[in-house]
Amino acid sequence: MNSGGLMPEQASNFAQEMDLLYYVLIGLTVFFALLVFVPMLYFVVKYRAGSKADRTRPTYHNLKLELAWSLIPLAMGLVVFVWGAKLFVEMYTPLESENALQITVVGKQWMWHLQHPTGQRENNELHIPTGRPIQLTMISQDVIHSFFVPAFRIKRDVLPGRYVTMWFEATKTGRYHLYCAEYCGTDHAKMTGWVYVMKPEEYERWLVASKWGAVSDAARDTMAEAGERLYNDMQCNSCHDPAAQNAPSLAGLFGKERRLSDGRVVTAGEDYIRRSIYKPNSMKVIGYEPIMPTYEGLIDEQEVLQLIAYIRSVRDEADDLTGRETTPEGDS
Amino acid sequence: MSHTDAPKGTDYLHADYSIKSWLLTLDHKRIAILYLITISLFLAIGGSMALIIRMELLTPEGDLLMSDTYNKAFTVHGVTLIFFFLIPSIPAVLGNFLIPLMIGARDVAFPRLNLLSWYVFTTGGTLGVIALVVGGVDTGWTFYTPYSTSFSNTAVVTAVFAVFFAGFASIMTGLNFIVTIHKMRAPGLTWSRLPLFIWAQYATSVIMVLGTPVIAITLLLIAAEKTLRIGIFDPALGGDPILFQHLFWFYSHPAVYIMILPSMGVISELIACFSRKRIFGYEFVAYSSIAIAVLGFVVWGHHMFVSGQSMYAGMVFSVLSFLVSIPSAVKIFNWIATMHKGQIRLDSPMLYALGFIGLFTIGGLTGLFLAVMGLDIHVHDTYFVVAHFHYIMVGGAILGFFGGIHFWWPKITGRLYPEILGKLSAVLIFIGFNFTFLPQFIAGYLGMPRRTHSYSEEFQVLNVLSSAGASILASGTIIAVAYLLWSLWYGEKAGRNPWNAKGLEWETSTPPPTTNFERTPTVTEEAYAYGPDDESGEVNNERD
Repeated sequence: MNSGGLMPEQASNFAQEMDLLYYVLIGLTVFFALLVFVPMLYFVVKYRAGSKADRTRPTYHNLKLELAWSLIPLAMGLVVFVWGAKLFVEMYTPLESENALQITVVGKQWMWHLQHPTGQRENNELHIPTGRPIQLTMISQDVIHSFFVPAFRIKRDVLPGRYVTMWFEATKTGRYHLYCAEYCGTDHAKMTGWVYVMKPEEYERWLVASKWGAVSDAARDTMAEAGERLYNDMQCNSCHDPAAQNAPSLAGLFGKERRLSDGRVVTAGEDYIRRSIYKPNSMKVIGYEPIMPTYEGLIDEQEVLQLIAYIRSVRDEADDLTGRETTPEGDS
Repeated sequence: MSHTDAPKGTDYLHADYSIKSWLLTLDHKRIAILYLITISLFLAIGGSMALIIRMELLTPEGDLLMSDTYNKAFTVHGVTLIFFFLIPSIPAVLGNFLIPLMIGARDVAFPRLNLLSWYVFTTGGTLGVIALVVGGVDTGWTFYTPYSTSFSNTAVVTAVFAVFFAGFASIMTGLNFIVTIHKMRAPGLTWSRLPLFIWAQYATSVIMVLGTPVIAITLLLIAAEKTLRIGIFDPALGGDPILFQHLFWFYSHPAVYIMILPSMGVISELIACFSRKRIFGYEFVAYSSIAIAVLGFVVWGHHMFVSGQSMYAGMVFSVLSFLVSIPSAVKIFNWIATMHKGQIRLDSPMLYALGFIGLFTIGGLTGLFLAVMGLDIHVHDTYFVVAHFHYIMVGGAILGFFGGIHFWWPKITGRLYPEILGKLSAVLIFIGFNFTFLPQFIAGYLGMPRRTHSYSEEFQVLNVLSSAGASILASGTIIAVAYLLWSLWYGEKAGRNPWNAKGLEWETSTPPPTTNFERTPTVTEEAYAYGPDDESGEVNNERD
């Protein structure tokens, strides 16, 4: 880090625009502050009690002037509003890009668990390559946290009970601070870590190297493989396999529209799958008996993310086996 | 006090000396004094926590306090200073004392309700101190769920009930002021002749009455979820944590205006008096208070851009936040224009007023950084936010309060304070304040998160500067408290109108009689009628 500097390092695609917006606002601040302070100090000196300054015909109203100093700052503000909203939408709109590296983040008191699609798991550290968009899918397993990397100018609250996403592209190799920005209890201050940005080839080497020590098959799994292992271990397959009759098949499920017995039509995304596992009775698919038990307490947030990765992965190869209630063109 | 020379019954301070006469008083002026004493204690508690926090942050390691202790310390700091000091500060002290005097009334509309509000407030405050200091609460003043309801093992329920009580005191005060201002103005005192302090108090009262019930209910819901495990905010129980943030900020953003609007009212009085001029654009300044009160209710979502609120809701809140900044800007420009061709005297209250303009301008403009959605992603929950709201709440609200206390001190106590020390402390507070909080903007943009007792080493220089500034700020405040207390016994006796100011409160004797006026005054001119023939702002400390 550039200790002693006034600005954090610029290490992501958003950093330059963020800083430019910051400088523009500093410029506006200085402009308006001078507009206030210079006349104020000038009047204090010129019109100090007993000075000889001309005080004839003082004004008490000037509608044009008052409208001017109401409307001009407003117009300037609106320009900045549009710019800021545009940047915000860009940063918080989930990426559709196939090229994006999908990293999952689970926050808990007081630690960050991260997992790569290829299965590497990290705690309080994240290794990523430059030159490729990184998409974070984040959830908390207890209170609200906030994933904050100042050098990337990214931050988003990580909520319990629901996924949020955020993306960026690292542009500069190095080691950068990761913080929790939302107060989360006793060791909030210690819920920190490092993000290591590497060249793509180094990242590939890191991916391999970080599996060398793996002693079990499970540790060598990709996320989807880990999900499949869990799917079988928890015997989800006994009801949810394409051949089964008493529960909807999960093949080709991801991204489809689902009609629920209470009339709602929902998209089978991450939140839908998570909720179906934890609170199956609130997500009853029309046409099936509500026989699924809850897996709350049996499967943790990290494992749910692996199951989601698995369900996503069986999408293409089994498109002809989609459940009978899904609409084929519901893919979004 | 040693006013043995004053004959009993001549003024409100000497009408009766018994403890009972204070504790059961229905006199708005005495109730104001009761409030002043109470909130000063809360200021001392909350302020000393600030010093402990700044001491801990001298070094990057968490070496002075354990993390839990630190978390409790900043919760004490926030809860006492916001709920038990800033929110009641100007309304319950200066508002209570001055509103009837300024409008030529004998008292507020409901004197018993007024006294009850002090008892309710004191009960809440005492309960709060017990919860925060004896038990300890580690949620921060924001009580965010599900941390507060399902994870914190501290005295959260007691603390929320304490704030709940204080809220009711606030509602009673607001209700009292609204009725008083509507119904009890002296003959001839039309709305367009009201002092701007009254307009500001009126707008504040409206927020208190409309906003406080929402926080009261929200706090009860916290208690319900925490004790009965009813799922409202915790997703594990089927609740929604964002719902809490909506409810909390629906009150707590307008609460910022509860803190700052009364200060703006004070500043209007000070600028007019020490410039010897009518306020420029009286109507704009008056209506801008109402505009702030109304718009203040529809911007709460700007606290939640990164919290998971819908993007489109965020856009609406962002644009409305730009709108609410305009009435504040109008006030500042109008105050500056008031000084044009005035006869400006730099007595202590005016120094506070100028300090207010300087710091509030910076506080307001840095608020725009946070209202810009994209930029808020980076600075949200960092020290940038901490610096910004201290510029508003300390630089704005507290400087206004101190300025007002200095201005009306002679009227309230019948004594003058030493002017030299007054100027010294005003300057020290201004310098110390900037030293404390300017570095925090930089630390925030560099990425230093809030509410941590340890931090990354590269932030240390900025934090040392900040802690050094806090010691100057504290010295300035302690000096002010010392000479104000000293003046109660040894200060020169004040005349009826030591600043030669306009306004009904200066027309009655000092300290005012229990009944405020010997006969009901009649108002024949607009506020701040400092004419060209009245240019001498010389201190006129004649006694009646």
